[in-house]
Amino acid sequence: MAVVFSKPHSLTDKSLHYCPGCTHGIIHRLVAEVIDELEIEGDTIGVASVGCSVMAYDYFNVDFVQAAHGRAPAVATGVKRSDPSKIVFTYQGDGDLAAIGTAETVHAAARRENITIIFINNAIYGMTGGQMAPTTLPGMVTQTSPYGRDVEAVGFPIKICELLSNIEGATYLERVTVNNVANVKKAKRAIKKAFQNQVEGKGFSLIEVVSTCPTNWGLSPQKSLEFIETDMLPAYPLGVYKDITGEEK
Amino acid sequence: MGEKVLMKGNEAIAEAAIRAGCMHYFGYPITPQTEVAAYMSKRMPKVGGVFLQAESEIAAINMVIGVAATGKRVMTSSSSPGISLKGEGISYLAGCDLPAVVVNVQRGGPGLGGIQPSQADYWQTTRGGGHGDYHNIVLAPASVQEMASLTVRGFDLADKYRMVVMILADGTMGQMMEPVEIDNIEPLKVEKPWALTGTGMKRKPNIVNSLYLKPNELEKTNFDRYKKYTKIAETEALAEEYLMEDAEICVTAFGITSRVAKNAIKEARAQGIKVGMIRPITLWPFPKSTYMKHADQCKAFISVEMNMGQMIEDVQLAIECKKPVTLCNRTGGMIPKPEEILAKIKEVGGVK
Amino acid sequence: MATLNILYAGFGGQGILFSGRFLAYEGLLLGKQVSWLPSYGPEMRGGTANCSVILSDDPIGSPIVDKPDILVAMNLPSLDKYEDAVVSGGKIFVDSSLIERKVKRTDVDVYYVPATKIASEHDMPTLANMVITGKLLKEVSGLGIDNLDEVLGKIVSARRQNLVEYNKKAINVGYTFQ
Repeated sequence: MAVVFSKPHSLTDKSLHYCPGCTHGIIHRLVAEVIDELEIEGDTIGVASVGCSVMAYDYFNVDFVQAAHGRAPAVATGVKRSDPSKIVFTYQGDGDLAAIGTAETVHAAARRENITIIFINNAIYGMTGGQMAPTTLPGMVTQTSPYGRDVEAVGFPIKICELLSNIEGATYLERVTVNNVANVKKAKRAIKKAFQNQVEGKGFSLIEVVSTCPTNWGLSPQKSLEFIETDMLPAYPLGVYKDITGEEK
Repeated sequence: MGEKVLMKGNEAIAEAAIRAGCMHYFGYPITPQTEVAAYMSKRMPKVGGVFLQAESEIAAINMVIGVAATGKRVMTSSSSPGISLKGEGISYLAGCDLPAVVVNVQRGGPGLGGIQPSQADYWQTTRGGGHGDYHNIVLAPASVQEMASLTVRGFDLADKYRMVVMILADGTMGQMMEPVEIDNIEPLKVEKPWALTGTGMKRKPNIVNSLYLKPNELEKTNFDRYKKYTKIAETEALAEEYLMEDAEICVTAFGITSRVAKNAIKEARAQGIKVGMIRPITLWPFPKSTYMKHADQCKAFISVEMNMGQMIEDVQLAIECKKPVTLCNRTGGMIPKPEEILAKIKEVGGVK
Repeated sequence: MATLNILYAGFGGQGILFSGRFLAYEGLLLGKQVSWLPSYGPEMRGGTANCSVILSDDPIGSPIVDKPDILVAMNLPSLDKYEDAVVSGGKIFVDSSLIERKVKRTDVDVYYVPATKIASEHDMPTLANMVITGKLLKEVSGLGIDNLDEVLGKIVSARRQNLVEYNKKAINVGYTFQ
């Protein structure tokens, strides 16, 4: 019997610990498919962050180092500078990348570090139980914004692709989502390009994936996907924010 | 035989690191250690190595983690406030069992403190400095030559035991020049099958990690690490004994204070006082047996420190409080003068 | 010479640290134990600068010179600050073009050298430090000018080897100053 669908080789057999309806699973799979298709599994080194994806090292069939909260781009810098022939990626959430790790993110981009960052933006701290994130929408209720995010008091969401698009060193920035099949396909193309850029030595690529957190949003998986469409995307428009790969360097 | 050249302590550390095979250095400017970074920025491109000025001390130590995870020799350096920032990363290095060399050219604290030499990070360094159960091996050079040789030794020990080795110097040791010879270095070769080099599709993934959600598993890693620490304490403790054969009073000091104390001891000896010195070279492990060996012979100990009295507690523990230990100290960036130490020797010795 | 404790002091920018390094290398070539320790602070130019240099036949204890056998004072604040610290029988070298007052101590040998003026007259205004060092090499037994080429070759950076001759000239002018 012909195999028409299988698990990517660069995913392990370990069951994912993510909540039902969480989009981490889809994004893990997309990253793994890309690693398989580019035939880079044996040369890839992942950097896990702190947050729900803290145990990403259990799910990918590649060497992995687990970084402190926010520090993954710095750790990835060390790994990449140690052996530029390796393909180095980080997998980080919004609290990790856009709050505690803002400096590491911005400066890795400024250095045009030849790494790939997969940035999961679901507007909330998932693992610690649903606190306000740097990307939490205005008015959004979380455990630490129980009356809704009051921008007068705690400020506005940080839009990473828009922010980094002003950094000269950034090579490729795209915001995608995975709330329907068409968007999943687009997300995969973006992730693939982000890894391909690294293979070709083109520098810093970051893919922001607008994601869900059904548990902490207090929504069903289906409603969460709708929430992406109705609330998240107006604040975080999809698209390519920067791409200098076509330009002569 | 190599030629002796005059180098600053900070430069000697940098050159020794390169000779020891450290091809990656990450740093951030802070007085009084900036010469390490400046030297590295000049030399690394010429030897095919990597110098990178990080955006922060925190980023620098995490870049160190990245390189260490790939199994290569790597170093960062800073001074006291910067070391506090690196504390998080040092704890992660310990939790991941990664080898690295971290240099602290101490200045006065707490807070922004000052920029003059200090030894006030003794507790921070010897007790780990970050969160969790762990130790660093701590080496305390007292000459520019030792700044170089202990750096080389530090890399070997770090690889041998898969842990952080800290070079605990101070502003004086970093800034002073003395003749130094850095030649004939043969770095210890250590296999690192745990290193992240890519699976090459030939082996299972290597994972460098300090997260253990099951407490019994985390406990076991700590138990195992402490077995290693016990072995290190038994085999790696180092101290210099100076005029201790007939000493009735034992001065003890490390780094720059041991140099100043030598002047005082020479003068005291000239005045007929039987005084010697134990200079710990490893601050962790603390060379307890060297102290115990002299605990009966000496009637008193004097701990000379540039802080409010930190090492003194290790001295008391080492001699199991058999004899009184008196503190002779300056702090905040002040260096004790030989006369102050001599006066303390006379006071303790009951000499008018 | 069992041990020579030398203290150079003046303004930042006068070449205080450079002169100290010169003496340290001179000591190294003479087979001595040597140490050199600069003061360091936030000032780069114009602030106070001093450096401790020790040349010894024995291993050196403290690298800090607080009782100099030799004081080189390149400005008035330095003379004011360190005059009393010099050991009895020691030597004080004074840049008399910048310091108008005389040394009060009577138990030390004093050498007044208008180093800044001499350096300007010889069209090398930045080398007063080496003029006064030349005098020091003349007056301190055990030191001399035999190793000038080798020492200067070491401490003048490769890109600036053209400055070796200037430094030599400055030292020689100081050495022969009466």
